[in-house]
Amino acid sequence: MVRHKVVLHFPHEQVDKPIVSKLVRDYNLDFNILKASITPREEGLLVLEITGEDDDYQRGMDYIKSRGVSVQPLSQDIRRNDERCTHCGACLAVCPTDALRADRSTMEVLFDDEECVACELCVKVCPPRAMEIHY
Amino acid sequence: MGKTIAEINERIKRGEAVVVTAEEVIGIVEEKGAERAAQEVDVVTTGTFGPMCSSGAFINLGHAQPRMKIHRAWLNEVPVFCGIAAVDIYIGATEMAEHDPLNEVFPGEFRYGGGHLIEDLVAGKTVHLRATSYGTDCYPNRAWERDLTLADVKEAWLFNPRNAYQNYNVAVNLSDRVIYTYMGVLRPNLGNANYCSAGQLSPLLNDPLFRTIGIGTRIFLGGGIGYVAWHGTQHNTEVPRGPSGAPTRPAGTISVIGDLKGMSPRYLTGYSILGYGASLAVGIGIPIPVLDEEVVRAAAVRDEELVAAVVDYSHDYPQGTGKLLGEVTYAELKSGSINLDGKVVPTAPLSSYSRAREIAEKLKDWIAQGRFLLSEPVELLPCSAREEEVG
Repeated sequence: MVRHKVVLHFPHEQVDKPIVSKLVRDYNLDFNILKASITPREEGLLVLEITGEDDDYQRGMDYIKSRGVSVQPLSQDIRRNDERCTHCGACLAVCPTDALRADRSTMEVLFDDEECVACELCVKVCPPRAMEIHY
Repeated sequence: MGKTIAEINERIKRGEAVVVTAEEVIGIVEEKGAERAAQEVDVVTTGTFGPMCSSGAFINLGHAQPRMKIHRAWLNEVPVFCGIAAVDIYIGATEMAEHDPLNEVFPGEFRYGGGHLIEDLVAGKTVHLRATSYGTDCYPNRAWERDLTLADVKEAWLFNPRNAYQNYNVAVNLSDRVIYTYMGVLRPNLGNANYCSAGQLSPLLNDPLFRTIGIGTRIFLGGGIGYVAWHGTQHNTEVPRGPSGAPTRPAGTISVIGDLKGMSPRYLTGYSILGYGASLAVGIGIPIPVLDEEVVRAAAVRDEELVAAVVDYSHDYPQGTGKLLGEVTYAELKSGSINLDGKVVPTAPLSSYSRAREIAEKLKDWIAQGRFLLSEPVELLPCSAREEEVG
């Protein structure tokens, strides 16, 4: 059993086609939509958490890519610029998972990108703007 | 038997001074008692690092050729105050760059303001000056543009009218919608509680009656050396107090000054506060000379004894009702959640405790190495509770 968070970029011509639903029907994968948006130029962006057998996952991703959809691991998406982070803790008020949490002994803010669901709430809330989006 | 600042300075010069941080002194007083601690410890160092909106910098730009009496000016498109002589200006930390959308698309991001400009200058970056004027016989120039760095200007001083608040409110939101405040994002129905003080490390909470901190006190300011210039604006000492004398409400403040050229962006950082505005996070560390037992006892205050008031920022703060929802300690706030009428509310700080600790440690090193001597205050700051005690 594997669990991966991925970012899918749909080209304009694929946005209206049922692609992701095939992951469930044909590849026995479960998914949880973390984020979905369509840009003004009608390109789609979908952030998914996918769970299933490793084989099924690989085959499912091959299928998605064959439809012209690019697949990136999510862990690359939100990064902390450690030079800018002042460890104030303002982000703790909005992080919905434990990706951002305080080490209570040092009172430093820890960032665990494995727990990050790329909701981006921290990005604008961070006063020194240390949380960056990298697609 | 007390000590004087002159005696402490002699010990610093000889490399014999015992310097500890406001965290370390807690254990020393607990273990040895205040009487022995007062004999053994010479200086307690404090620290704080948080957004301090009432901050800014005076700069003398030097003269253009031909000369110009600046009427309006912008640095990196941030309007600066020009109503002082010909080429003196003041950068306000919360001033926004021209054409910033502010809160037109709510909540506004406030990406670049006076605080960011000050950080860029201190970091040695090039900034762009644009100035206009109406022309006089002695100052004929009407337009001036140039790139400059901090090294190019004649004088540059950080001069902050109100910093280092002695205690502050804990902000919550009782309404049913998210609100965006200078205390950060507050989720509805008591979704979170935000606070902004270094608590047991905070300078003014360690000298609650201003027995040692006064006009002319030499301090760590923005990574360089600064001085207490005066009490800060909104300085208020007529407030309820806890056992150490520490106020349980926002109380005293200080106005500080220092040479911007010796400072560092690590301790002067531009902040963008969502839906509110731009600001400057300022690092301040104040040394407390252990003159007697009273001083060391107050400096040994711990988070468990320091209390702050919880205020609703959806109604009571904006409307100025003065209503408080309750009191909590900094130990509770730092644990990650507080209990408000039976509801567990997660907490988030805006003041960086880890950087406050770093500042207190740095100041301790400076003093221990003999690089930083204590100054004798010219005059103590007004404090009704101390004055009544003495009077």
